[in-house]
Amino acid sequence: MFGTLTDKFSDAFKTLSGRGKISESNVREAMEQVRAALLEADVHYEVVEKFTAEVQTQALGENVIDNVRPGEQMIKIVHDELIKLMAGEPPEDIQGDAPGLGSTSTQSGAGEIMFVSPGPTIIMMAGLQGSGKTTTCGKLAAHLRKKGKSVMLAAADLQRPAAVKQLEVLSEQVRDEAAGDKTIGFYSEPDKVAEYGKAVGAAVTVCKNAVKQARAENIDVLILDTAGRLHVNDDLMGELRQVNAAVNPHQIYLVIDAMTGQDAVNSAKAFHDQLEIDGVILTKFDSDTRGGAALSVRHITGAPIRFIGVGEKLDAIEPFHPERIASRILGMGDVVSLVEKAQEQVSEEEAQALQEKMAKGKMTMDDFLKQLKTIRKMGSMKSLLGMLPGIGQQLKNIDLDESQINQTEAIIQSMNRDERADVDLLSGSRRRRIARGSGTNQKDVSQLVKGFEMVSQMGKQMSGMGMGQRLKAMTGLGGADMAAMAGGQNPFGKTKGSTSQKPKFKKRKKRK
Amino acid sequence: MGLFRAAFDKIKTGLAKTRSGVAVVLGDQPLSPTLIKQLERELIQSDVGVKTAIELTKDIQAGWERGEIESTGDAREFLIEQLIAYFPQEDRTIHFEDRNVGPTVILVAGINGAGKTTSIAKMAKSLRDEGKTVMLAACDTFRAAAVHQLEVWAQRLGVTVVKGQQGGDPAAVAFDAVEAALARGVDVLLVDTAGRLHTQDPLMRQLTKIRSVLEKKLPGAPHEVILVLDATVGQNAVNQAVKFTEATEVTGLFLAKLDGTAKGGIVIAIREALNIPVKFVGLGETPDDVEAFEPEKFIRAMFEG
Ligand SMILES: Nc1nc2c(ncn2[C@@H]2O[C@H](COP(=O)(O)OP(=O)(O)OP(=O)(O)O)[C@@H](O)[C@H]2O)c(=O)[nH]1
Ligand SMILES: Nc1nc2c(ncn2[C@@H]2O[C@H](COP(=O)(O)OP(=O)(O)OP(=O)(O)O)[C@@H](O)[C@H]2O)c(=O)[nH]1
Ligand SMILES: [Mg+2]
Ligand SMILES: [Mg+2]
Repeated sequence: MFGTLTDKFSDAFKTLSGRGKISESNVREAMEQVRAALLEADVHYEVVEKFTAEVQTQALGENVIDNVRPGEQMIKIVHDELIKLMAGEPPEDIQGDAPGLGSTSTQSGAGEIMFVSPGPTIIMMAGLQGSGKTTTCGKLAAHLRKKGKSVMLAAADLQRPAAVKQLEVLSEQVRDEAAGDKTIGFYSEPDKVAEYGKAVGAAVTVCKNAVKQARAENIDVLILDTAGRLHVNDDLMGELRQVNAAVNPHQIYLVIDAMTGQDAVNSAKAFHDQLEIDGVILTKFDSDTRGGAALSVRHITGAPIRFIGVGEKLDAIEPFHPERIASRILGMGDVVSLVEKAQEQVSEEEAQALQEKMAKGKMTMDDFLKQLKTIRKMGSMKSLLGMLPGIGQQLKNIDLDESQINQTEAIIQSMNRDERADVDLLSGSRRRRIARGSGTNQKDVSQLVKGFEMVSQMGKQMSGMGMGQRLKAMTGLGGADMAAMAGGQNPFGKTKGSTSQKPKFKKRKKRK
Repeated sequence: MGLFRAAFDKIKTGLAKTRSGVAVVLGDQPLSPTLIKQLERELIQSDVGVKTAIELTKDIQAGWERGEIESTGDAREFLIEQLIAYFPQEDRTIHFEDRNVGPTVILVAGINGAGKTTSIAKMAKSLRDEGKTVMLAACDTFRAAAVHQLEVWAQRLGVTVVKGQQGGDPAAVAFDAVEAALARGVDVLLVDTAGRLHTQDPLMRQLTKIRSVLEKKLPGAPHEVILVLDATVGQNAVNQAVKFTEATEVTGLFLAKLDGTAKGGIVIAIREALNIPVKFVGLGETPDDVEAFEPEKFIRAMFEG
């Protein structure tokens, strides 16, 4: 989906506004947009149908029609309902050692794991092939160690080549790199490894032995990594049921790729039917997926989403925040995460000071340089910008070319103090001097000055905006000035080839 | 070319476990608005994309109103015909370099966990069984035990593998691999790369670099760039295909994990955006579980499986 749902909503409500009154049909039309948006976000068809029907009823009952801003009101209703759907009951904040809780009664909120005492608390991972189980085992171990828990990782995937080794390497990484000083153990029985189909059932023994070992070593949490399997593979699903019966894990987590399409519910349902999962972990949320699977799976299994995986590294795991994902599903972007990340880069006072200067049109080349350096630092958060539709998407496509930034830096550094404070001083001869000094040519210098002037101009304009608008303008600004300085190419025009290759062959033959 | 002889019934057996397609659910009965709605739902659930699904349903609706489409059977045939049209007659084979010139280099890329390494094992086995000598390049120097995983496959298949340092520069491994492939005169070099999200620009640039190293070392290489897609993936895969193509000029898709219940309709959505042929489908975890892509069988499996 392109453009935000907000835009589409205002369209829906514009159509009939000429008649002065918003009608029920406007609401229906808006719901069509919601439906399309949800489907494009990979929310399951049936969940979408049910959801839109419910929201429509609610919207019609809630006097949206009389509201001054029906579009916004509708968005709010949809957004709130999405959150409700994903959050289920408000997450309880239970944590810490609770005695002897069975697997079904250990309910806790996002990012919280219930521990049993005496240990070990047993966590079993399950899921389709390649969803991220093994990696998540490592992440959980790191997370738990930070919380002061000793952890053992047990390799119960005996069929995928090098699965045991992968977990072993991860456990070493946790031991070496993760915060905390508690033991990180590793348990495996490499002699049981066999080719596909020949090791079925061996996992049961390995898991049983791992529990014994963990108990003997007084481990707090034992995490069982299991092989990826299709939910329709009876043998392998049987194996999981057997492990479940044999060791009775306190928590069973279903690991799902957040990019999964409509099929997510089929597999989630099958795993849930056979194992009664306690929670879901959605991985690869660092992609630009809209993440509709989150909604579907939550709805179909009723199991809470505990964590999301946001990268390949050990610390790339976060508690699940329904509000953020709701915005993302609706194409409104994960603004909260972006702002948080941005705040890590720029201190409040700094930002405030710069903003005041900009508002007064008093920004200098020195400020500009500082900003540039920040942008460079923020290069690493470019992936986050992708979470923002529109501007964010566009900015993300701009290459923050180090050499271009270096060149700009060199130019500014070749200016004297007065010139940096007042670009109006930059006459032709001064520009030539600066170009020589920075090893560039005069055109580059002029380009930079032009970019700078554009930025200060926008700075003045922005001073009257609200926070949201400003954020949008700022992100856009980064792209505009970078591009202007980088030699004036149109930053948003950089779409190599691909679109021109649209197939011509798609012809629609009609039946005779 | 005899590579990947199509024994496509396998696709059907793969999907047959959960026969839930329109054909099974709807049988052949007079069409009605409810049934048309149900067809739309089947289409959407196969991940072909909302736009395509809605358009096709509208066409069915119109055809029904005109009396041209009368039954669910008609509607199904209409859909199959329309969807097959997305895949015209085109070259879906692997382009081999002339033996006298040097090895054929196949670069394999895709997002994390899509099935790259396993798909390489599958291609390696097919090629080997055809009598070609195969070498693997372990350019995933990042993920834990990725090299080891490829080594296990190489050993089981009896092919050689070139590797580098864990955490080292994958482009350097690619360089060494081409050198080794040239020196040993192998027919095909399959290059495994680390999983990377299409949104991670530095990693995408790294992929471009791997590509250009191959190119520099051996003009004409890589002769194929295969993007591996997970058949369960949703609409996001269109972005994947676009971005990977930008980074490395993808020449073919490998649709892995089609043995599950996902229909893999995303390749149709991708076809709306890009003109890249699907070359292979993966149907399981062993090296034998690969077939050449055949549009008609694929589409029929979507509806009849
Ligand atoms: N970008 C990103 N990659 C991830 C994330 N979680 C896992 N991965 C990657 O996804 C790929 C598959 O992860 P694994 O942990 O091997 O998946 P698995 O479920 O254990 O796979 P099987 O055991 O083969 O079923 C690896 O390349 C991981 O690095 C995540 O949150 N973000
Ligand atoms: N059922 C099924 N599983 C598959 C298929 N292809 C690959 N797999 C499984 O998917 C999982 C991931 O496969 P890999 O080949 O390791 O994927 P990858 O893309 O190399 O993963 P990374 O290198 O971590 O990004 C493994 O458990 C494979 O056995 C397939 O066609 N069908
Ligand atoms: Mg694994
Ligand atoms: Mg791999």
